[in-house]
Amino acid sequence: MIASLFSFKGGVKPAAHKDESAQAPIAQAPLPHRLVVPLRQSAGGAPLPLVKAGQRVLKGERIGAPEGNFSSAIHAPTSGQVLAVEARMLPHPSGLSALCVVIEADGDERWIDLVPTNYMTESPDALRDILRDAGIVGLGGATFPSHLKLKPGATGRIETLIINGAECEPWITCDDRLMRERADEIARGIAILRHIASAERVLVGIEDNKPQAIAAMRAALATSEGVEVVPVPTRYPAGGERQLIRVLTGIEIPYGRYGTDFGVQCFNVATACSVHRAIDLGQPLISRIVTLAGNVERPGNVEALIGTPIDELLKLASPKADTDRTILGGPMMGFALPRTDLPVTKAANCILAASPALFPPQGAELPCIRCGACTRACPAELQPHELYWFSRAKNFGKAQEYGIFDCIECGCCAYVCPSNIRLVDYYRFAKSSMRALEREKAVADAARERFELRNLREEREKAEKAARLAAKTAAGRQAAEGAAAKAAGAPAAPQAASPEEKPLPALDEQKKALIAAAIARVETQKVGVQPRNTDNLTPEKQAEIREIEARRNKVRELAKTPPEEPI
Amino acid sequence: MNNSPHVHLPISVRVIMLKVLVALLPGIAVYVWFFGAAILVQIALASTAALAGEAAMLRLRRKPVGLFLADGSALVTAWLIALTFPPIAPWWLIVSATLFAIIVAKHLYGGLGQNPFNPAMVAFCVSIIAFPALMSQWPAVGFTDFTAQVRVIFESQSAQDAVTMATPLDALRTSLHTPEARATVAGILGSHATFGNIGGKGWEWIALAYLAGGLWLLQQRIITWHVPVAFLGVLAAIATVFSLANSDSFAGPTFHVVTGGAMLGAFFIATDPVSGATTPRGKLIFAAGVALLTWIIRTFGAYPDGMAFGVLLMNLCVPLIDMGTQPPVFGHKNGKKEGKP
Amino acid sequence: MFTALLVMAGIALVLGALLGFASIRFKVKGDPLVDKIDAILPQTQCGQCSYPGCKPYAQAIAKGEAEINQCPPGGEEGIRKLADLLGKEFKPLSAEHGVEKPKQVAVIDESVCIGCTLCTQACPVDAIVGAAKQMHTIVSPLCTGCELCVPPCPVDCIAMVAVPETVETWKWRYPIIRLKEQAT
Repeated sequence: MIASLFSFKGGVKPAAHKDESAQAPIAQAPLPHRLVVPLRQSAGGAPLPLVKAGQRVLKGERIGAPEGNFSSAIHAPTSGQVLAVEARMLPHPSGLSALCVVIEADGDERWIDLVPTNYMTESPDALRDILRDAGIVGLGGATFPSHLKLKPGATGRIETLIINGAECEPWITCDDRLMRERADEIARGIAILRHIASAERVLVGIEDNKPQAIAAMRAALATSEGVEVVPVPTRYPAGGERQLIRVLTGIEIPYGRYGTDFGVQCFNVATACSVHRAIDLGQPLISRIVTLAGNVERPGNVEALIGTPIDELLKLASPKADTDRTILGGPMMGFALPRTDLPVTKAANCILAASPALFPPQGAELPCIRCGACTRACPAELQPHELYWFSRAKNFGKAQEYGIFDCIECGCCAYVCPSNIRLVDYYRFAKSSMRALEREKAVADAARERFELRNLREEREKAEKAARLAAKTAAGRQAAEGAAAKAAGAPAAPQAASPEEKPLPALDEQKKALIAAAIARVETQKVGVQPRNTDNLTPEKQAEIREIEARRNKVRELAKTPPEEPI
Repeated sequence: MNNSPHVHLPISVRVIMLKVLVALLPGIAVYVWFFGAAILVQIALASTAALAGEAAMLRLRRKPVGLFLADGSALVTAWLIALTFPPIAPWWLIVSATLFAIIVAKHLYGGLGQNPFNPAMVAFCVSIIAFPALMSQWPAVGFTDFTAQVRVIFESQSAQDAVTMATPLDALRTSLHTPEARATVAGILGSHATFGNIGGKGWEWIALAYLAGGLWLLQQRIITWHVPVAFLGVLAAIATVFSLANSDSFAGPTFHVVTGGAMLGAFFIATDPVSGATTPRGKLIFAAGVALLTWIIRTFGAYPDGMAFGVLLMNLCVPLIDMGTQPPVFGHKNGKKEGKP
Repeated sequence: MFTALLVMAGIALVLGALLGFASIRFKVKGDPLVDKIDAILPQTQCGQCSYPGCKPYAQAIAKGEAEINQCPPGGEEGIRKLADLLGKEFKPLSAEHGVEKPKQVAVIDESVCIGCTLCTQACPVDAIVGAAKQMHTIVSPLCTGCELCVPPCPVDCIAMVAVPETVETWKWRYPIIRLKEQAT
């Protein structure tokens, strides 16, 4: 069975720079003293922490439980003591913080009891749960939980399994080295993935600039029926999931749909390797291969524990003196880190030391001349210059109409732009703004609905109350009429019934008394509690406290005045 | 910048514009060979005026002057104006036309990348409407004496009949539009001194030199094949159909393709990215429209060449063409887009 | 002359019929303007505009009774959108109706709450859960940050806290490139 190759439109061929780091074998990074493990390391819900500060954990112990099914577990990368569960800065372009588990390594590297699974005897559902609980996510960079990708989609089954060893981004060689050195483990992972998906055939796509990796994978997969290693032409972004699926099968998966809907699914080679370890060995995902390259003396690949500080890792490669920033990821899609003491996450495939000589700053941004270079380079077949106009003008509706969400942010357009326009920045701005607007709109719609429901309810209650009162007064009138008729036989004057006011003041009084009692209760409580830690304060602090007290008293006074509206 | 991509192709607007200028050089060389060095004076005049106008406008608009002046776009406009104007047109005509192109057609619309109309063609149309006589004062074949040419350009003496001559298109049109002459295309082409083997004398070689430069631009991927192929193809096709139907009143395809601004227009003017269509199908429609208008104006209109009017009229249609020819996006080829955040 | 008249009359008839058909076929129900305005308003239902909710304010704007700059939570962006929709001139937010603040939610200090239910009655979107003499709490995803629950609280236990930006809600900034700086 020979797979015929298709191709995708667009793409660019930047200088590969892969030889520098692809020469040396994968080294083991030394165990850091302290690891910071972010709880949120995959697409979907952030896992809930399972540990507390001070607690001892073993290597591979679960420290974050998946939040719902669209989430993935987090494990302790080594044995030691939890120092804190607190918000720390994440290696994320925003530079924002989120909950992390800080672990002080004890150096013992004591594992939990590992429970291997025989995948042949387990059901696909059980295996998917094991993958979720082992924290297996896509290691190509998107960190989408793998167990979700194995769910059959609209077609009911996954016919073709694609294994992504293309690794198209310049400088990065972690998958290349992994395929050369651990092809057997990848092959076992492929067998498991194929079993879960019950896929008929497996295509391993590797860019043809990695002959050793192709040879190693062919050797490891020689005995497997229906598995084929296919060299694909070297062109960025051939390793993009949709692009690789297109090249190997001819199927185009649009934005918003998953491969499973078309009977194909794609996994990275490193993901396949971690699937093997999770099922055959029972080891959760606690480490990954990271390429150290760029402006360094000794480029190469290391296997690093998740949570290892990036600067400690980069030191292994000895960055040169003129390094001015550190890029996480490759030069096409990575971002410069705001700080380098941030942890390695499951998404971190490459750490690049950058210098002005290596990655020269872009020239001045000129206006777009509509030359069409971006259109020719766009692998999503979009019209980047049109999207640029719309994003720049914040005309989000038009941008969406022209397919901005189909943009994979690969950077090809900005790479070729002769006007040096930071096109992807505009798309990222427009996309995240649109997502925020969408969220705001959902919240506003919910608020509107609840407000209208509440108004309806209030009206209904008012009507019911009025009806009750009317019934009451009618009954009273009848009684009065009866009495009057008995007494004099004269017709009683119809009273102008004021149904709202009459019975309410009493209610009000009662309520107010209750509230006053409660206030008194709380105040006595407060008095008991208050004079704490008010000694030894600076005059400013005391003044501040006095001010706050005054404000509180005022509010209390206000609260004591009767409410204006009837309740 | 801290955001990706961190690498960039060593390409710039300046490089693109310089390559366009280089591609014009063979045409200019042949031009000088046949019609003397006057065209170099015109190019120098237009370039100076364009750079001066550009610098003044950039300063007025508070834009970085050096940055934008270095992009070379003003020079391309200037050279195209010089190459479409008569080489012995008076100096003030080319200077004012170039200033008009840069100031009104380019900067008043927002400068580089914002002009809806091709500035060089705006300059040409404005001049031919305002000064029709001066704009049809072309040098006679053989009038290559540089000092005499310079005198015509700068002393504004109305050029003698001995040194001027109608262009091939003009000559053909005038003769055909004179009913009493009862001329046929073949007869006119054979009788008049302005005609060469397949087009105008000299002009046919200049056109071939433009073709060579244009092919180099194609090879350099500065332009795509769509515009030249569609333009020349449609122009040749219409000319073929009509000359087959009535070869006495309509010139054939080879004549149309190598005379007037056709070859220059096909590779250098209609390919202007700023004012042209951007989608592949849009480019085909745009160029076909220019070709059709060019042929109609050449054959039935009052002006000798229709290229400039054709380009401007089609520039008007570009937003509509682009909107209607958006190619399908990856994965959305069999139906509507369903993009949702 | 007669044929000309006939032709004109015929055209008038045909066009009239077309217009009549269009008015029936494309009839718009309700008042779309109010809905369009309401869609722009932030739905905090805070009443800072001096109308009892976003919809009434939208109706007032549509009738021309209210200015477009009375909505502090919608802020400058909201005013701009209203100005665009209604073809009016942009105006800065009117100071008497309040100031624009970052998005916030109410938080009840549950140790102080006495369970008086005054805040639940004040909440326009039913985002406060609690019964009499039971401590109340705010369902923060539903809270619009209108602050209407703060004044009724007799024990001053409700505080407004700004909603922090998280990795999930973070937005890429608009790329700003200064040409002048680059050129030098």
